[in-house]
Amino acid sequence: MLNAFLTLLRRDLLLAIRHPGEVVDAWLFFLLIVVLFPLGTRPEAGLLTALAPAIVWIAALLSTLLSLDRIFKTDFQDGSLEQLLLNPYPTTVLVGAKVLAHWLSSGLLLILASPLLAMMLGLPARAMPVLMLSLLLGTPVLSLVGSIAVALTVGLRGAGLLLPLLLLPLYTPILIFGAHAVQAAALGMSAEGPLYLMAAILALALTLAPLAIAAALRIAVE
Amino acid sequence: MKTWFHQWGSPPHFYERAARWTPWFSVLALVTLAYGLIGGLVLAPMDYQQGQGYRIIFVHVPSAWMSMFIYTTLAIAGGIALIWRMKLAEVYIAAAAPLGASFTFLALLTGSLWGKPMWGTYWVWDARLTSELILLFLYLGVIALYSAIEDKRSAARAASVLALVGVVNIPIIHYSVEWWHTLHQGPTVTKFDKPSIDTAMLLPLLSMALGFTFYFAALALVRMRLGLLQRERYSRWVSDMLNQSQVKS
Repeated sequence: MLNAFLTLLRRDLLLAIRHPGEVVDAWLFFLLIVVLFPLGTRPEAGLLTALAPAIVWIAALLSTLLSLDRIFKTDFQDGSLEQLLLNPYPTTVLVGAKVLAHWLSSGLLLILASPLLAMMLGLPARAMPVLMLSLLLGTPVLSLVGSIAVALTVGLRGAGLLLPLLLLPLYTPILIFGAHAVQAAALGMSAEGPLYLMAAILALALTLAPLAIAAALRIAVE
Repeated sequence: MKTWFHQWGSPPHFYERAARWTPWFSVLALVTLAYGLIGGLVLAPMDYQQGQGYRIIFVHVPSAWMSMFIYTTLAIAGGIALIWRMKLAEVYIAAAAPLGASFTFLALLTGSLWGKPMWGTYWVWDARLTSELILLFLYLGVIALYSAIEDKRSAARAASVLALVGVVNIPIIHYSVEWWHTLHQGPTVTKFDKPSIDTAMLLPLLSMALGFTFYFAALALVRMRLGLLQRERYSRWVSDMLNQSQVKS
């Protein structure tokens, strides 16, 4: 079972490396959204500092939304998704491998880029560790919960438009806790509360989301 | 118990029963709504703080209750549809989701109309208002997903999964929004001491809530019958029934 997990993980990561364009596009999208915000307001330090946690987190939500679209799409089109459901290993484990691969090729990159962006927005340096930690706890949830909606819409023509409507309401708790952990840290307060809550949500998503993704995929390929 | 379950799972049986029940629910809804409206809008005393404006709660509070109640039933029906593949549960989701969305919208609309004279603005980012708004988007997501999938059986099952995911999320969303609100601004702005409600106001309010529930039940039954007919239009019992009604007329 572990073998199957690792094989699938390696396959998906290899696919991501062989098609770097898709990975880089979502990442550039993340950077661009952050760049657009100062252009839309005044580039005052105080204003941007106050908005920085929200900007980085909203950019992370949107770029995850963009990159999630591909997680099951090609597998569905070439039929390997059906093989994934037919083979003897538990679907939840295999789905876990796919989500992990997606997170490694999207969420992790966002985390690595976030300090630079936060610095450009004038977020104080003491908030950086909390920013990265909150993204570390939050982006896997985005990938997990997002995969449910992607699995539900995988065969549809208008999936790209439907996805934000299905997902953004479900993403609100992560946005609230994530952005406010960073905000608290920027103000020099303790960010422990929201971070613990995010960890709790992550634990919940890790246990329940694979079940929902597997059920959704079965409905989609039927 | 088992035969009961089977009987209720059978579309023709349900179709016939629902036809018989709809008038009962409609009459009950009419009676309770009439008492609630007269009691609430005419008989109940004026509020010493809010004047006549408070009377909108007789519509607002029941629709807010309904919005949450219907989403819960959606999730329960979703569970039944996924586990036992019961057709009626699938039809219920399609029938009830737009009704739930309407109640949610009504709650938001009446809330903002009430907010204008009371808070001086149509919209505040109050915790409850915000989570109600997110609930509306959850409803719209279920409806959009259902209408996007052409095969209505898998559409209903997909919507069931989404409703279940949503129902797990609702408490998290609710508490996160509440927490966000309290962090942002002190509770003094929107939270004023509610005088504990007088029976002259409480009875009409409960009657309105009952009336909304009966009204919803009647509408849901009508919509379910329609959904059943549409879905089963090629099956024997539908054509038999249509032939019979033609012979009669």
